[in-house]
Amino acid sequence: MTKNTTTFTMNESFPMNAWYAVAWDVELKHELLPRTICNKPLVLYRKNDGTPVVLEDACWHRLLPLSKGKLRGDTVVCGYHGLEFNNEGQCTYMPSQETINPSACVRSYPAVEKYRFIWVWMGDPAVADNSKIPDMHWNNDPEWAGDGKMIEVKCNYRLVVDNLMDLTHETFVHAGSIGDRNVAEAPFDVHYDEHTATVTRWMKGIKPPPFWHGQLNKIIKHDDLVDRWQIIKFEAPCTVNIDVGVAIAGTGAPEGDRSQGVNGYVLNTITPSTNQTCYYFWAFSRNYNLKDQSNTTELKNGVASIFAQDEDILEAQQRAINTNPTREFYNLNIDAGAMWARRITDKMIENENQD
Amino acid sequence: MRYRSTWGNATIINTELIANNVMKIQLTPENGVKNFTVGSHIDVSILINGVTEIRSYSLVGQYQQKKPYTIAVKRLPSSRGGSNYMWSLKKGNQIKISQPTNHFELKYNANDYLLIAGGIGITPILGMAEQLCSRKDISLRMLYLGKNKEEMPFTEHLKTLLGDRLELHYSDESGYFDVNKLNTLANNQTHIYLCGPLLLMNSVRKAWEANPFENTHLHFETFGASGLFAPQNFKVKIPRFNKELVVGENQTLLQALEEEDLEIMYDCKKGECGLCQVNVIEYTGDIDHRDLFFSEEEKSKNSKMCACVSRVANGHVVIDTAYRSNI
Repeated sequence: MTKNTTTFTMNESFPMNAWYAVAWDVELKHELLPRTICNKPLVLYRKNDGTPVVLEDACWHRLLPLSKGKLRGDTVVCGYHGLEFNNEGQCTYMPSQETINPSACVRSYPAVEKYRFIWVWMGDPAVADNSKIPDMHWNNDPEWAGDGKMIEVKCNYRLVVDNLMDLTHETFVHAGSIGDRNVAEAPFDVHYDEHTATVTRWMKGIKPPPFWHGQLNKIIKHDDLVDRWQIIKFEAPCTVNIDVGVAIAGTGAPEGDRSQGVNGYVLNTITPSTNQTCYYFWAFSRNYNLKDQSNTTELKNGVASIFAQDEDILEAQQRAINTNPTREFYNLNIDAGAMWARRITDKMIENENQD
Repeated sequence: MRYRSTWGNATIINTELIANNVMKIQLTPENGVKNFTVGSHIDVSILINGVTEIRSYSLVGQYQQKKPYTIAVKRLPSSRGGSNYMWSLKKGNQIKISQPTNHFELKYNANDYLLIAGGIGITPILGMAEQLCSRKDISLRMLYLGKNKEEMPFTEHLKTLLGDRLELHYSDESGYFDVNKLNTLANNQTHIYLCGPLLLMNSVRKAWEANPFENTHLHFETFGASGLFAPQNFKVKIPRFNKELVVGENQTLLQALEEEDLEIMYDCKKGECGLCQVNVIEYTGDIDHRDLFFSEEEKSKNSKMCACVSRVANGHVVIDTAYRSNI
C-alpha cells in the first residue's frame, strides 16, 4: 500500500463499479438533464411513469450531446439529425432510410431512485447490485426531517471526503457556528472495516457552540453544559454520514441514552464529475421538532452557508495542488479517518483492474 | 459504439481444431489484454495476395484477467481469403490486431433472453450465455443451429452451462429450423440476441416482425459474408465509364470497382450503412442482396445494391456510380 500514500495528493482515480448520486429527486424531471459523472457525459431524464433513465450523452451518429435534443414521450430525439433512441438506448429511427443499422445504440446505465437521490452505476452493469447503494435512509425516513442541496465544487471528490473525515477543521473554518476549540482538542477513535471507516469524537461536559445551543433549546430549555458527539462514518467510495448532536451533560448520551438531547445527521455523498470537479450532495436531517418547516429551512440555509466556507477552502486547495505539482501532503494524526477512506477506495479501484 | 481502432502486434499462442472446419486461435497482444464486454470483436489485419485487408472476429467467451483473446475461425470454401489466411497461422506467428470494440452489446436490463446462434455465429453468443447463465433474476434459453454435431464447436461447454435451457438443432437430421416456432420460444418481454448466416437472420427477422413483438428487442450481428447463393464470378458493366469488369468469387464488387479506379463512397463494409449503394440499370440472374441496409421491399425492386457485400448469381449486372461530370 505504500504506492497509495506516495500518490496521495494527486490521486484522482475513482472506482467505476459503484453507485453514484447523480441528482436530487426534485432535480430530475421529464426533460433532458446533462451531467458528467466519472468523466463520462451522461443525459438523465424521467420517463412518463417517473422512473429515471441515464444514457450516454453522445449520439451514436455524430456524437452531438443528446441533451441538446428533446424528449418525445420516453424517446430521446437527437437535436442534429433526428435519430431517436428509446430509454434503453436502442436506436428506433434513422432519417431517410427504411431500416436501422443493427449496431445503433447509445450506452444506457443502471439507474435507481432511493433516499431522495437518483443513483447511477458507471461500471459493469452485470454486477450492479441495488443493495450496494449507500445507506442514506435518514433523508426520507418519517422519523427524521430535513432537506439539502447539491453544489458543484471545483475540486477532486477525495478532497471533500478528506474534509468531512476530519472535523477539527470546524474550529478554524466554521468558528462562530459549529466550530470551537473543543473540537480541535478532544480525542477521537478511528475504526475501519472492508467498506467503511468511522471516526468517533465525544466532547463531554462542554459549553455548546452557538448552533447547538440554539437547536437544543428548541426542545429543552438548557443554558448549561452538554455532551457533544460527532460520529463520522465513511462508506466507500464517497459517502460520509455524520451522526451529530448534543445532550444535557451527564444524562447518559455517551452510553446510548440520547433522550435529553437533539440528534442530526449530516448526509454527504460526493460524486466525481471530472478529475478536478465533483457534485457534492448534502442534506441535514434531524430527529426533533419534525413538523417545524421553518426549522428545516433554517438548518438547510445554515448548513449551506457553512458548506460555502468549505467550498471556498476546497477549491483553493485544489488550485494550490495544481500550482505545486511536485508536492505531497503531510499526514497528521487527525487524518487517520481520511487515510482509511482513501485506502479503502484505492483497494476498490485496484480490485477492478481498470485498463 | 464506434471507437477509433488502435493497432498493435499480437502473438499466436495456440491453435486448435475444435470442430470440423473450425479453428480456435488464441492470441496475446503485445500491449496487454484489454477488458472487453461480451459481444465484442477485434479487427485483424490480414494479407491476401499481397494486399492488406481487415477482417473482424468475435471474441469467444468472457474477459478473464491475463487470459489471451480467443477467436474461432471457420474455413469457408467461398472464403474471400480471410479464413485461409487465419488457418495458415501457427503458434508464435505475429499478426496485427485492433483493440476490442463492441457493436453487439448485451443489454443487462431485460428479464427474458433468447440467444440464437447459427453455425460460427456461436462466437459472440457464447460469452453471452456464460454471462447470463448464472443470473437468477432472468429467464434464459438458447438455440444453437448447425449442420451437424461435428461442425458445431462448444456444444459440450454449453450443455454444462445451460442444461435443458439449451436446444441444439442439426439441419442434417431435421432440416432447416422452423422459425415459426419462435412463437413458442419468445414473448413480448423476450430480448433476442442473434448471430448467424444471413438466411437465418432474415428468416428470424421476418418471423419476429410477423409477431406483435417489439422490434427493438431483436438484437443481431451479421458477418457480411453469407447470402442466398454461393459466391461466383459475375460480370459488371458501367456504361458511364465504358467499362466492363469481372468480380471474382473471392472479391467484392466494391474491391473490383476500386481496382479499376472507380470511386465509391463507403464506410462499414458490412452492408449496414448503405453508403456504398450503386444504381442497378439492368441485370440478369439474381441479385444476391447481402446487406441489412435496404428493406425487403427495396431489395425486391432490385434498383440499387450495396457494393460492399451484395453480389450477382448466374448473371450479370449493369450499374451506375454516383459520379456526374459537370462538364
